[in-house]
Amino acid sequence: MQTESVHITPYRTYAWVLIALMTLTLITVTVTWINLSALTVAIALIIATVKAYIVLTYFMHLKFESSLFRVFVAMVLMIYVLVILFTLSDYLLR
Amino acid sequence: MEHRDDIGAKLGMWIFIFTEILLFGGLFLVYAIMRNRYSVEFHQCAHHLNAFIGTVNTIALLVSSASVAMSITAVQKGDKKTAVILLFVTLLCAAVFMVNKYFEWGHKFSIGLYPGSQLMLTLNHGSIMFFSLYFFMTGLHMFHLIVGGIILTIVAIKVQRGAVNAGSYVLLENGGLYWHLVDLIWIFLFPLLYLIT
Repeated sequence: MQTESVHITPYRTYAWVLIALMTLTLITVTVTWINLSALTVAIALIIATVKAYIVLTYFMHLKFESSLFRVFVAMVLMIYVLVILFTLSDYLLR
Repeated sequence: MEHRDDIGAKLGMWIFIFTEILLFGGLFLVYAIMRNRYSVEFHQCAHHLNAFIGTVNTIALLVSSASVAMSITAVQKGDKKTAVILLFVTLLCAAVFMVNKYFEWGHKFSIGLYPGSQLMLTLNHGSIMFFSLYFFMTGLHMFHLIVGGIILTIVAIKVQRGAVNAGSYVLLENGGLYWHLVDLIWIFLFPLLYLIT
């Protein structure tokens, strides 16, 4: 059974999300033309993270799923961040 | 009445996606450390990648993701025809991506740049690492794209036949989730490989 109150996302929402994602892509590409050296990578990663958040929230529908899904995703991402932190701290401080 | 558990099915799909995040996550970690160690070589090698093709492919994947998401809306509204058209748009975008990748990789192969080639062996260690990671990560991503394309083709046929309909569409949702994962991975691959010059 589908849950009683099925959330139907209007086409319009997805169109706006697509425009937002494309704008962010163009910003990333433009930023690399301006040479900001070390900042370029940081900006690219921040924009990529924002795009990933938008994809997870709207395209992957997490905004409208039960909170169980959001908790699971948050936990997995936290585990991955911990893996990164431990590995990099080992590698950089060795 | 048939027994169905859509929440359970979606949760299963998410658990599979978590394993994918850890698979690609490990590769991104290797990338981070190698980039730290060979920053000059990575910087130079990224110039050999065509940022324009990369940008076109990014846009193709974003459009394809949006149209999968929209096809769920169409199925929920019972609009079978629009749903199939939207899934077709997704597959078309995937084809654009694949053709671009074919020319991109084809060019590198034609100048003798591929894993294990004589040219690769003459490069310095940092360049070998960059191109190995480039071929492996984009290759693994492309493999996921092909699998996603096959899944969405099957789903589109099922939508057309009415097996996936307004009352039962978890297969489309899960196929969509897989497709968005492919998009999600590319969102990070694109700036890290193409835009670090």
